[in-house]
Amino acid sequence: MTRSYSALSLFKEGLAGQTGWKPAWRSPEAKPAYDAIVIGGGGHGLATAYYLAKNHNITRVAVLEKGWIGGGNTGRNTTVVRSNYYYPESVALYGLAHRLYEGLSKDLNYNVMLSQRGMVNLCHSTGEMEIGARTVNAMQINGIDAELLSPDDVRRVAPIYNFSADARFPVFGGIWQGRAGTARHDAVAWGYARAASRLGVDIIQNCEITDFIIEGGRCRGVQTSRGAIRADRIGMAVAGHSSVLAAKAGFRLPINSYALQACVSEPVKPILDTVVLSPGTGVYVSQSDKGEIVIGGGLDRIPSYAQRGNLPTLETVIAGVLEMFPIFGQLKLMRQWAGIVDVVPDSSPIIGESPLPGLFLNCGWGTGGFKAIPAGGTLLAQLLASGKHNDISRPFDLDRFASGRLIDEAAGSGIAH
Amino acid sequence: MQLFPCPFCGPRDETEFHYGGDAGNARPDGTEVPTERWAEYLYLRSNPKGSAREVWVHMTCSEFFVMERDTVTHKVLSSTALGGEHAA
Repeated sequence: MTRSYSALSLFKEGLAGQTGWKPAWRSPEAKPAYDAIVIGGGGHGLATAYYLAKNHNITRVAVLEKGWIGGGNTGRNTTVVRSNYYYPESVALYGLAHRLYEGLSKDLNYNVMLSQRGMVNLCHSTGEMEIGARTVNAMQINGIDAELLSPDDVRRVAPIYNFSADARFPVFGGIWQGRAGTARHDAVAWGYARAASRLGVDIIQNCEITDFIIEGGRCRGVQTSRGAIRADRIGMAVAGHSSVLAAKAGFRLPINSYALQACVSEPVKPILDTVVLSPGTGVYVSQSDKGEIVIGGGLDRIPSYAQRGNLPTLETVIAGVLEMFPIFGQLKLMRQWAGIVDVVPDSSPIIGESPLPGLFLNCGWGTGGFKAIPAGGTLLAQLLASGKHNDISRPFDLDRFASGRLIDEAAGSGIAH
Repeated sequence: MQLFPCPFCGPRDETEFHYGGDAGNARPDGTEVPTERWAEYLYLRSNPKGSAREVWVHMTCSEFFVMERDTVTHKVLSSTALGGEHAA
């Protein structure tokens, strides 16, 4: 039986005709009770289960997923990993995720294909350059790698950008994070699932939550399409559907759900070896390892739970891409899709206990949940294990909306909210 | 491209409209409003999956109105001029 991935196991399986590989994670029946339940089998939910087992030695854990793992936003994003945020609270959060991503393939014994190809946020005017310098300073003070690029530097990292004299969005420079890049999004979900399963976590797919079991004012379990499952500690990491579950639990959240769409072109030869974001066009672009040009933009214009984008936003995004890279005008679009994201007024996530004791939240990542998966998992796991915040998650508690201590990262998130 | 029905101008292109929040989210009145009530008014949202009653503005005529809409199918169920108390 081949359980661990290595050059040696690959070689041995080659000799054995690839017959010894086992499924990457177990698919057991749900038990009636667990020490902890994690609702949502996306990146954040699977990471939470993994860190509960690994960091806190709590292995009687169930991950309940209504569809299939990684079938929601984890499989619907643009795979960018970065930590170029402005406020110290955000830097601590996304910096933690970024550091964990750097060691994730080794930690999980699963290649998540992290590719630190660097990312540039372009500046299109002298005013934007001043803001850029301020952002770079803030990042450096907070211990994050950052560099202010000149127009020549930008020409070096993205030579195919539209540098012509009549460009609508001329380049005055840019904010560079060299450690930023991309990771294989499905591999992140599968890697966490496999590692969590090996530590004893039960991953239950096709298991939808229909109600919460509330006794004595506390959350004691969930009713599911596969029967009642009880636990005294329940974490919820369901992104765009957080409001739907909150309504079942009897409270509301400061969240509006929107579709965020993206698209990819047909694969072409390597032409762009970095991630380029333009605030002017509201569009960001990278090239996948397969050669597709991966294109992301702003939120759709109307609150929505439909997992498909709408045409006006797609037109804006494509117009922006062609403004940035006229050479892409010949590309054919291969696929377009959307995920439902949970947008919070200050564009920062919500991590903490919900108004229903025993039920903990990991939501509100909006347009940027993928890059934060290892941190979201670590912090929700700690909350579930101890019931207490650590210093990194404390500022992101739900109580900030009553206290007014908002962390307004609309700029750091990079796209319009 | 979807058409939204402005109660004043009739069916128009969706890009002419801007979302304005939950219908019926009335501003707290008086001087003794607790902090939690302000937070609720300012930030908490129903965000329903399915039928939703929302305030929208038709930017070209500047009129606010209430649109009832399915947030999954995007089908518009009704569109009426804004009454008192944000048409609760």
